Amino acid sequence: MLESLLRILALIRKELLAVLKDGPSRFSLFAPPILQCLIFGYAATYDLNNVPYAVVDQDRSAASHELLAALDGSGVFQRVATLDRAGDIKSTIDGRRALLVIQIGQDFERRLMAGRQADIQVIADGRNSNTAGTALGYVSAIVGTFNANWASGHGQSAAPLRVAMRAWFNANLETRWYMVPALIGTLTFLQTLLLTALSVAREREQGTLDQLLVTPFRPAEIIIGKALPSVLIGTIQATLILLVAQLWFRIPFAGSYLTLYAGLLLFLLAAVGIGLMLSAIVATMQQAVLYTFVTMMPFALLSGLTTPLSNMPEFFQYLTLINPLRYAIDIAHRVYLEGADFAQLAPDLWPLALIASVTLSGTAWLFRRGFE
Amino acid sequence: MRSAPDRPVLPSSAGGAAKSRRVKALVLKETYQLFRDPSSIAIGIIIPLLLILLFGFALSLDVKNVPVAVVLEEASPAATDLAAGFVLSPYFDALLLTSMPQARELMLQRKVDGIVRVRPDFVRRLGLGDAEAQVLVYGIDANKARIIESYAQGAIAQWAARRTAEGFEAAAGGSAVVQSRLWFNEANDSHYFLVPGLIVLIMTLIGALMTALVMAREWERGTLEALFVTPVRAGEILLAKMIPYFVLGMFGLGLCILASRFMFHVPLRGSIWILAGVSMLYLIVALAIGLLISTATKNQFVSSMTTLVVTFLPALFLSGFLFDLRSMPAAVRFLSYALPARYYVNLLQTIFLAGDVWSVILPNAAVLAGMACGLLALTRAVSVKRLG
Repeated sequence: MLESLLRILALIRKELLAVLKDGPSRFSLFAPPILQCLIFGYAATYDLNNVPYAVVDQDRSAASHELLAALDGSGVFQRVATLDRAGDIKSTIDGRRALLVIQIGQDFERRLMAGRQADIQVIADGRNSNTAGTALGYVSAIVGTFNANWASGHGQSAAPLRVAMRAWFNANLETRWYMVPALIGTLTFLQTLLLTALSVAREREQGTLDQLLVTPFRPAEIIIGKALPSVLIGTIQATLILLVAQLWFRIPFAGSYLTLYAGLLLFLLAAVGIGLMLSAIVATMQQAVLYTFVTMMPFALLSGLTTPLSNMPEFFQYLTLINPLRYAIDIAHRVYLEGADFAQLAPDLWPLALIASVTLSGTAWLFRRGFE
Repeated sequence: MRSAPDRPVLPSSAGGAAKSRRVKALVLKETYQLFRDPSSIAIGIIIPLLLILLFGFALSLDVKNVPVAVVLEEASPAATDLAAGFVLSPYFDALLLTSMPQARELMLQRKVDGIVRVRPDFVRRLGLGDAEAQVLVYGIDANKARIIESYAQGAIAQWAARRTAEGFEAAAGGSAVVQSRLWFNEANDSHYFLVPGLIVLIMTLIGALMTALVMAREWERGTLEALFVTPVRAGEILLAKMIPYFVLGMFGLGLCILASRFMFHVPLRGSIWILAGVSMLYLIVALAIGLLISTATKNQFVSSMTTLVVTFLPALFLSGFLFDLRSMPAAVRFLSYALPARYYVNLLQTIFLAGDVWSVILPNAAVLAGMACGLLALTRAVSVKRLG
């Protein structure tokens, strides 16, 4: 037992030396997660803070000025042009000078004064329909405030029903709070997968796997010795991203570190298990890299990171049940933002444990079959 | 000034013939290598097909059938009527409850994404013109939460308008109403904006990632050294490396165009020739980046990681395909100008959805062309230097 432990420790030491021996490899393991977390933390946001818009104000009244002042003063909308004719709208949108064109008809104020409905035409560039939809939502909110102000300022009765909105766990609905914790899982996933797949493939390509096999190591020991270094490196990467999230982006951490790391450990074991299974199949390092990408791509797209899982057709939703990244992202979100405990996370934890044990024992089987 | 006829004519034309023969032989070798290796087939054909399939069927930002709990703390006809609006809406999967703690529990168990709460004195306060409906959303997925909020607001506003029309409440004073139109994508179909993203991802994958691996492998195995002792020049090797992958990339593009037409039903409003032209430019840029990285790193692992970080992930995050570039901080926006994917996505979105808008096409295509020339020259310079 003790001998076995010593052998495993020796193998772990050898593995870590192999990956961390030279500068470029060390750099490519630890710098990209931090850089990507920083860049994507800033880039990956559906929130808008700079929407160029143009206006066709055919009313030129106090009311229309008040509305436009509300838009200009919102800090989100930047007026890039004031068009004289509705005919200029097409070229403004086509050439992407403005995301929105707001057209106020000439009876705008008159209709408001008469207590009637006054239409505002808003034309949005739908080439990115998601961005356009968000911008339209902002316009509606500003118009809503304008209506309330107008009613109280002109002695008209306000709408009898107000809608009070509140969002749990992310009060300002910032996409960054969603994206950055999710990166803890996403960025470590790819690297751990690749690292594990390559570690066996490298030995195979260089012929040292045969040497390893004539030593007294048992297959299980080799697998543990290959798995643990990757788990360790993955944990360090996750910690780096966690630090960026808290110290740089200042996203408040609501949960317990113990819960988060327990979830991460299970997730990394599952990821390493998949990586090892890949490595048992591939013959060369190039194949290892390519197969990792082929595996990674659907896992990343079907993880709920970029599009919600509940939007997917049922078939794909079932498919995501074997995706460890899906659970990892959910764990990261719920522990980080919601402060969920072990009991609440059980639906995420046991599938990860299952995936880890299936893939790791599957690897042992593949290895044994390969060795004999 | 020496005139050209002084120089013998024969060797130069013979040199040209030899050059084209050498390139042809190398292209043949690359092509054989490409098709012999199952892993290249994986990345050149399986991944593109997989991406098309996932983008076509699995990914969607169109939020539908959102599970919500409608909590009626008052059993008045008005409250029930409001709840009916949620039950009948195609956007919601409404669950009627009477107690708030129960709804809270469902939200924490992630069974519902939102709660609509009608307070006990709803009708009385409605009569006073001071009623409030609460909408609580699970905010972690902020984008989805915002969409749910706006749907809920819409459903409640519709109910209020109906009440007013039926004469229950006095009409509010004059109000401005937003009539919005989404140009180029009237039906707000998210496939319309996924297609340009799909194409840019596939072209980046085939262009940059594959070549990065191929060149690094030759360095690692020392077969590039073997090529150098032959009369083949560095430029010719690069050309021969690019041609098969260029063809594969254009094949990928063709596949995407077919899928966009027959699977996604996304219109191609611009000219297909302009689309092909700008795609060629982008493909050359991607190929050159891949070759440059692999020549610089000479290591398959480092080169594939670098390519991923420099090309693939930015194509997803920093190209303007998913996230709006204008809303990013200045430093990140500045960075995005250095990335070819940004220009290509802009071109794809415009050519597919808006048509041949020259004020968009010309500047973006010019930047891509400039990048292509610059990167090709740089790659050549780097490989010539390494040769020495």
